[in-house]
Amino acid sequence: MYDLIVIGGGPAGLAAACSAWESGLRSILIVERDQELGGILNQCIHSGFGLQYFKEELTGPEYAARFVELLSQTGVEVRLDTMVLDITPEREVHMVGKTTGYRIEKARAIVLAMGCRERTRGAIAIPGTRPAGVFTAGAAQRYVNVEGYLPGRQVVILGSGDIGLIMARRMTLEGAKVLACVEVMPYSGGLNRNIVQCLQDFSIPLYLSHTVTDIRGKERVEQVVVSEVGPDRRPIPGTEMIFDCDTLLLSVGLLPENELTQQAGIAIDPRTRGAVVYENMETSMPGVFACGNVCHVHDLVDYVTAESQRAGAAASAYVQSSPAPSGPVLEVKNGPGVTYTVPQKIRPERVEKNCGIFFRVNRICGDSEIVVSSGETEIARFKREHLAPGEMEHISLPRVLLDRADDTLTVSIREVN
Amino acid sequence: MKELICITCPKGCHLKVDEENGYAVTGNACPRGEAYGRAELIHPTRVVTSTVRCTGGSRPRCPVKTSAPVPKDKMFDVISALDAICLQAPVRIGQVVLPDVCGTGADIVVTKNI
Repeated sequence: MYDLIVIGGGPAGLAAACSAWESGLRSILIVERDQELGGILNQCIHSGFGLQYFKEELTGPEYAARFVELLSQTGVEVRLDTMVLDITPEREVHMVGKTTGYRIEKARAIVLAMGCRERTRGAIAIPGTRPAGVFTAGAAQRYVNVEGYLPGRQVVILGSGDIGLIMARRMTLEGAKVLACVEVMPYSGGLNRNIVQCLQDFSIPLYLSHTVTDIRGKERVEQVVVSEVGPDRRPIPGTEMIFDCDTLLLSVGLLPENELTQQAGIAIDPRTRGAVVYENMETSMPGVFACGNVCHVHDLVDYVTAESQRAGAAASAYVQSSPAPSGPVLEVKNGPGVTYTVPQKIRPERVEKNCGIFFRVNRICGDSEIVVSSGETEIARFKREHLAPGEMEHISLPRVLLDRADDTLTVSIREVN
Repeated sequence: MKELICITCPKGCHLKVDEENGYAVTGNACPRGEAYGRAELIHPTRVVTSTVRCTGGSRPRCPVKTSAPVPKDKMFDVISALDAICLQAPVRIGQVVLPDVCGTGADIVVTKNI
């Protein structure tokens, strides 16, 4: 019997395990399906990680190494090359490993830290033939940065999420020609800094309100057709542009990887596609916590770390004090302008001083106010000069304000002008 | 007056730089933004990251970076300079594999323990 089993050894799992150790648990197991810890950071060789958390600019592998180093100073057990197959309500974790075979391990608490995966061509149903040369941006990133292969020479990128932008630069530096980055929305889903340093630095055109409407080629991609889309996001006939290329990279969104969560019967929020969580990252199954990209997709690993440390500490508290069932629960709802919130539920009596709420807006906003209300009563207001769907927002609500709320909390956006 | 987006951190501040007024920067949330805004107009630089060959590890490549930002127009020269490098594992983070790359004063350093 372990105090805690952490599923996933990426940034979320590492931070959760370290923080659970720091807060007193001594029997912790991390289960990781890859052959090394660090998760997706291992292939994110670009820099820009850690500015918030370490106050210095690190590359992905360096950021991972900091936590692997921290972990090595603890007694946390790690099982690599091991895949978790099932979690039961009794908190039994079924796993299968290369050298350990099929094992069932029981835990007093579980942290879900499985991360997310990329949406593929199938998920967005691009018409056309099915030649080689269509990759998700993350798959291409792995080929280039880990395996040492260049997956193509003439490249079109669909989607302007951060991985797509990062790969536009990476492919360019490695000698490929990136012809265009195409985004169906009227704004980019990536960070502004990546538009500047990955596209503008290399004069790569960004076509907003455009999408790929045809992929042509028999064995290998030969052409990609790009069309403008209207406000309804449907292609406008007559606007087709043809790009001669051998590769199409897709950066069209990430999906939290929650098969295990669903199998276990844990409540999922259709907005985040992650588990519904309380203020301490606990899911609907007592003693099971979720953090990082498996809970909701983050922009910055620094935020994943912070959230996962909270989950690890909460798991530790759960094991050490087995808290009694709590009193009132506030439902957090997304009002106008907001697409989701994490947490989705708050137990005010479990909040010590402040409760953070993370959310995304559904459009780009200038001068705005984030309004938190309960029923008809407005309980807090926060000013922002700039809001964008690609940038996760965060507010911190003091406990005293939570005590004023009744049943629900609604987070909405009000543009000032 | 030139408008820029700060790339120093993911916040992406919208900067305004006044070229005619000693490159005065406004719109920055921290001192790094001020330094970036000025440097971007006078002498733009970037940290370059890539990989080099590496034998004896579990993967054929080892990630590396420049130890400091290098002039933007030298990015491709820096990348070309990496072609000739082949490391032998074990390597440690921070290990210099190519000092003063392309005369920029920055070193190429390892970013992963292999």
